[in-house]
Amino acid sequence: MLGQIIYALPFLAEGFAVTLWVSLLVVVLSLVAGVVLGVGLVYGPAPVRWAVRIFSDTIRGIPILVLIFFVYYGLPAVGIHLQSFWAAVLALTLFKTAQVVEYLRGAVGSIPRGQSEAAMAIGLTFRQRLAYVIFPQAFRRFLPPWINGVTDAVKGSALVSLLGITDLMQAINQVIGRTYEAMPLYILGALVYFAVNYALSLASRRLEQRFAFIRE
Amino acid sequence: MGYTLNFNLIWRHFDKLWGGLLLSLELAVISIAIGIVIGLVLAVWYVSAGRVVRSIIAAYVEFIRNVPLILLVYLVFYGLPTVVDIAYSAPTSFVATLSLYSGAYLVEVFRSGLEAVPRGQLDAGKAIGLTPWQRLIHVRLPTMLRITLPALSNTFLSLFKDTSVASVISVPELTYGAQWINFNTFRIVEVYLVTTAMYLLTGYVLLFALRLVERRFRAAR
Repeated sequence: MLGQIIYALPFLAEGFAVTLWVSLLVVVLSLVAGVVLGVGLVYGPAPVRWAVRIFSDTIRGIPILVLIFFVYYGLPAVGIHLQSFWAAVLALTLFKTAQVVEYLRGAVGSIPRGQSEAAMAIGLTFRQRLAYVIFPQAFRRFLPPWINGVTDAVKGSALVSLLGITDLMQAINQVIGRTYEAMPLYILGALVYFAVNYALSLASRRLEQRFAFIRE
Repeated sequence: MGYTLNFNLIWRHFDKLWGGLLLSLELAVISIAIGIVIGLVLAVWYVSAGRVVRSIIAAYVEFIRNVPLILLVYLVFYGLPTVVDIAYSAPTSFVATLSLYSGAYLVEVFRSGLEAVPRGQLDAGKAIGLTPWQRLIHVRLPTMLRITLPALSNTFLSLFKDTSVASVISVPELTYGAQWINFNTFRIVEVYLVTTAMYLLTGYVLLFALRLVERRFRAAR
């Protein structure tokens, strides 16, 4: 039993690399998209605000699994052909972007109005106000929940196994298909996911304590 | 190119979606009910327990929260029966999994709620001669529930969405119904549009109901 699992370790490691790669792509892409849309939600004109609100509420209102299937099966139907890997990344990014939008809204919303007004009073442009006044302060509010939310990307990435992508989850299932050692392999997989996500949530908690001095 | 929407086949098989939604709700309600019991018991135990019990409860909570639900679903459905002599249907297996899963999330919610109950209330309870058990039932738990209701609503909603994972072990809930129609009729865009609307609407109805409960409890203060 142990021998079979050790034999499968390199294969599982490859799957784990895919899991990390998917998660990393999703986290980076959603950070960019989420910050842009989040700024749109907070400062944009009414139509932009409405569009972002509808986007965010819709995405957060449905299961990630439905979103993944919608993107994976739906895009080819309307003539857009993506590799399954990129369809999965796109779906997870949409889901994560909606989260980032809400983190950003919460973080920026926690900065007192007076800060914005003071920045306006000394003649800073909109971009300068964001770059020098709002974002540096909002950052400390944004970071802990965002890092904690990275665990959602890692956990969500396990769903891409359903599209036939050989991530850690799928690699485990394939090894079980050959060795029938279901329990040891699932536990091994659980421990790997746990190690990654627990490290992230610890980091998030650390940062939260580090920034605990902020009081309104 | 050019995709024409045609919902006819969706309506013809709508029973798959409707029945699926009802099953999703059923799975969610049963699992959440069991999860609430697990969460309450462990949270009350946690705040009054010693180091060892605390670290065991914390280990349970942290383990569940940091592992993908789909892996837990596989583990309980395909893994457990290979080492323990038990047999269960896919829905039962999923309910067991989601109960344990929701329990872990609810322990956290209830624990932080219990810790937020003002000390003065407990002292007041002591002062009028309530026993520890009475203080728990009449003072700590009602106050804790009021504090945690908004967080509870969010947790319930997200657990309802998590029932979609049951589709991976062929439990015929809403997502499974959507996939069935997807594979059998190829009205892909339509079926996921309808499914999205169904999840959203149900979510809003649940949220609305929970907000009513919140308001009711807030008025009681």
